[in-house]
Amino acid sequence: MTETNHELRVSKIRSGTVIDHVRGGQALNVLAILGIDGADGEEVSVGMNVPSDRFARKDIVKVEGRELSQDEVDVLSLIAPDATINIVRDYEVVEKHRVERPDSVEGVLSCPNANCITTGSEPVVSRFTVLEDAVRCAYCETIVRDDIAAHIDT
Amino acid sequence: MRHDHLITSKQLSRADIESILDRASEIDDDPEAVAQRQAGTLLGLLFFEPSTRTKMSFEAAIKRLGGDVVDMGAVESSSVTKGESLADTVRVIEGYADALVLRHPREGAAAMASEFVDVPLLNAGDGAGHHPTQTLLDLYTIRENAGLDDLTIGIMGDLKYGRTVHSLAYALTKFGATQHFISPESLRLPREVIYDLHLEGVTVKEHESVDEILPSLDVLYVTRIQRERFPDENEYAQIAGEYRINAEILEDAADDLTVMHPLPRVDEIAADVDDTDHAAYFEQAHNGVIVRMALLDSFLGDDDD
Ligand SMILES: [Zn+2]
Repeated sequence: MTETNHELRVSKIRSGTVIDHVRGGQALNVLAILGIDGADGEEVSVGMNVPSDRFARKDIVKVEGRELSQDEVDVLSLIAPDATINIVRDYEVVEKHRVERPDSVEGVLSCPNANCITTGSEPVVSRFTVLEDAVRCAYCETIVRDDIAAHIDT
Repeated sequence: MRHDHLITSKQLSRADIESILDRASEIDDDPEAVAQRQAGTLLGLLFFEPSTRTKMSFEAAIKRLGGDVVDMGAVESSSVTKGESLADTVRVIEGYADALVLRHPREGAAAMASEFVDVPLLNAGDGAGHHPTQTLLDLYTIRENAGLDDLTIGIMGDLKYGRTVHSLAYALTKFGATQHFISPESLRLPREVIYDLHLEGVTVKEHESVDEILPSLDVLYVTRIQRERFPDENEYAQIAGEYRINAEILEDAADDLTVMHPLPRVDEIAADVDDTDHAAYFEQAHNGVIVRMALLDSFLGDDDD
């Protein structure tokens, strides 16, 4: 695929965000981690298992009318470390970012430890420290290494 | 040392630990000198699960410093049974006391509770998590009996659920101790603890039997393997039996081996060990009061501070 075609593909929305180079099969988790379920009327399109030059297959998520904040982009790094974020205005890509891993994420994941204080009825939001290849509950210290997406608090 | 709260032994530097242990030694030598150090101080005790001894030990410690306690009492008789959150409970009780001691069945309870209060909060056990005051009294006992320099220690029993073990192992990394972990396959150290030990540059040495390393040990720290960890009664009986020690087994150990146990024990240390010079577990329990006195005094300070 040429770069021109690529730009065309990601520019198809008028204004909003295109999340490209998501690992194949992770698109719905990307939406979940961003808390986007279409209930607010956003126009969302999802391409799954699209042929890619970087991966064998990639997913693409396009959200019309919404520009992701830096916090949201950071959180994406947990499940889509290779993603590229394109901010689109009037069909033009005006900003392009790679995701960066944050030091910690709050209120995004729920702790898999059923005996963790955050899983009871306490007035706290979950907080996880981001490690090199895992995340760790800031309260009970449980480490989540595999399938982080399964712990997204929806 | 200035900390707002004591949640885990991880937050204490080697210097912090040594300063508390030194203070405990001074108190042990001359308890009268500190008898009024915390006169007027009220310690709030919040024990959400029964642990009579830890509670009594804190109570004795603050009273021997001239202070007193306010005790939430048993959970059954408190607002907790009406569904009050821990966050609300600690916010109410902090108004009654100068510092709080919290024991709670859930991991992370002390860390969370400390975010809701301004008075110092001391963790007295959070589920399978941390129990830093136990660690300090363990370290004190090790220092008194074997010294903390060039230490070789074996930690044996339930290493998976034993929070005492996790806190102790971590604290010992600060003293460069050689640590051997002896347990059945199903009760090995959790990966969280191994991760922390690796971060500190420790190679985790795991064994299924104490026999091969017993002669090299300065300290053998024994913990109880609980029946409820095994679905099958016979399996429990067979496995737990392999992690018991008695005077005969200790004949292979160094003469100055120190045997410790957080108590209560059931049968993992035979009564015939009590009469040997190895036994330090009752002394260990007694050390709880002076170490907690030292800790409370460090955390609470006094009018001169
Ligand atoms: Zn947790």
